[in-house]
Amino acid sequence: MKIVVCLKQVPDTNQVKIDPVTGTLIREGVPSIINPEDKHALEEALRLKDENGAHVTIVTMGPPQAEAALREAMAMGADEAILVTDRAFAGADTLATSHALAGALKKLEYDLVLAGRQAIDGDTAQVGPEIAEHLSLPQVTYVQKVEVAGDALKVTKALENGYEVVEIPMPCVLTAIKELNEPRYMDARNIFQIFKKEVKIWSADDIDVDKALLGLKGSPTKVKKSWPKENKGKGEVVNMSAKEAAAFAAAKLKEKHYI
Amino acid sequence: MNIADYKGVWVFAEQRDGELQKVALELVGKGRQIADKLETELVAVLLGNKVDNLAKELLAYGADKVIYAEDEKLAHFTTDAYTKVICDLVNAKKPEVMLIGASFLGRDLGPRVAGRLSTGLTADCTGLDIEEGTNHLMMTRPAFGGNLMATIMCTENRPQMATVRPGVFDKLAKDEAKVDAAKIEKVAVSLGAEDLRVKVLEVVKLAKQVADIGEAEILVSGGRGVGSKENFAMLQELADVLGGTVSGSRAAIENGWIDHALQVGQTGKTVRPKLYFAVGISGAIQHLAGMQDSDYIIAINKDADCSMMKVADLGLVGDFSKVIPELIAQIQSYK
Repeated sequence: MKIVVCLKQVPDTNQVKIDPVTGTLIREGVPSIINPEDKHALEEALRLKDENGAHVTIVTMGPPQAEAALREAMAMGADEAILVTDRAFAGADTLATSHALAGALKKLEYDLVLAGRQAIDGDTAQVGPEIAEHLSLPQVTYVQKVEVAGDALKVTKALENGYEVVEIPMPCVLTAIKELNEPRYMDARNIFQIFKKEVKIWSADDIDVDKALLGLKGSPTKVKKSWPKENKGKGEVVNMSAKEAAAFAAAKLKEKHYI
Repeated sequence: MNIADYKGVWVFAEQRDGELQKVALELVGKGRQIADKLETELVAVLLGNKVDNLAKELLAYGADKVIYAEDEKLAHFTTDAYTKVICDLVNAKKPEVMLIGASFLGRDLGPRVAGRLSTGLTADCTGLDIEEGTNHLMMTRPAFGGNLMATIMCTENRPQMATVRPGVFDKLAKDEAKVDAAKIEKVAVSLGAEDLRVKVLEVVKLAKQVADIGEAEILVSGGRGVGSKENFAMLQELADVLGGTVSGSRAAIENGWIDHALQVGQTGKTVRPKLYFAVGISGAIQHLAGMQDSDYIIAINKDADCSMMKVADLGLVGDFSKVIPELIAQIQSYK
């Protein structure tokens, strides 16, 4: 089986802080990591490789420093790595990003494309399904279990109140959530090897895509403005009878849509 | 694309097992406002099989019109079939705005539709408005793990698409007088093998399992002041009426009142629910570190000056064992 895993290098948003004076994000000193759900996608590819044999290729679109994420993924056990990087991709929204990645996938052979459901710096969950659409592949999102069933896969997809089991033919696109598996650590033997391994660098010329669909030009959505989430105003403390306090609290809960 | 050709606000009316999802009616409520500002019609798009009653419900809750695609192959959601039907309708009728609930289903369907229509999609919106003068849709959402808010626009492409977070907007009051069969347009669908690639083998509904408090949207947390394991039953009851989960401070765990997996704080879990009740928790720094980023905090404590009262959005000074039963009754009266 040939598996391609799409992954993204992201700032660890748990460690992003807001400058209290300027109200802007402080990105300095914030470590870059492999997007957590993408790691689950990679782990699933490696598990399928361990059990059935597979060739695992990882693809990322990003700036040159995203190579670090690819090297980490290779240390976990991926066979081949491709960094799709070009100034032409700058300013891409989800749609333009999905065109770049689909363009790279068109240059590769695959039975299965895996990605994380969403990245922690955007939380949109759009790129996976959009890639599937551009490649005319069937998709399952929110995947929590994968079993090979001949030429197809039997996949368990999470729902808010349970799950459903579906059968999907290959080739196809699956997006992973954390319930899917427990990602392995880098293999110490690989860590020394990976700097000898090649990371292929592909530019916009190396992928199969209409360049008008890339970057800012290919992005239908634009950020009009952004601002730090407002700091909490001072809370109110009330001293009333139990009945009055309960009525007051319930009215607040209603106003805030909790009930 | 001539933007002027696109008119009308559409909302996707998500149904499962023949039941409208709450978010569908919330979208009708918000869509109504947007359509009124644009002086255009609000259309609910319903896909399913034998769900005529839902079409009527959508009218009663404020839609001007329902487009109802009925087919047995649409009874249960599959990405390919729903995408095909919706995209064909959009291409034929050209709405300017299309709203979809940001449920698991909507977040699967939305990007697939946007990809096929080559238009923009803004995910998980918590605010929607119309820009004065241009009449473009302004879509606001949290970004960067909730550290930032951003307003996104899609000025050159149509439809302007957004998924909308459930529970943010209000549904309107039901008005049966608005139901009129003439406002329901049934449309035929044609689905080929290429639209039915994924086969649903089994659908399993689960009762709520022992909760991961890190994932819970509503937590009712108790501390030393709760006093006993028996008293925690009262907190559990409050959690149940709110659809939330019980958790506790270190004191509650060390006294054996609740399971250690439910501990909030530095030695427990860091939580960030939408609603956090701190009952009988004074607010040691280790506990505050684990919960102070919660969206809305309600403290119930006898001590008006404890640290938790300073962090809380709403502090109720008093005896929780008297306040909570009253509160449960109040909440039930709203339902």
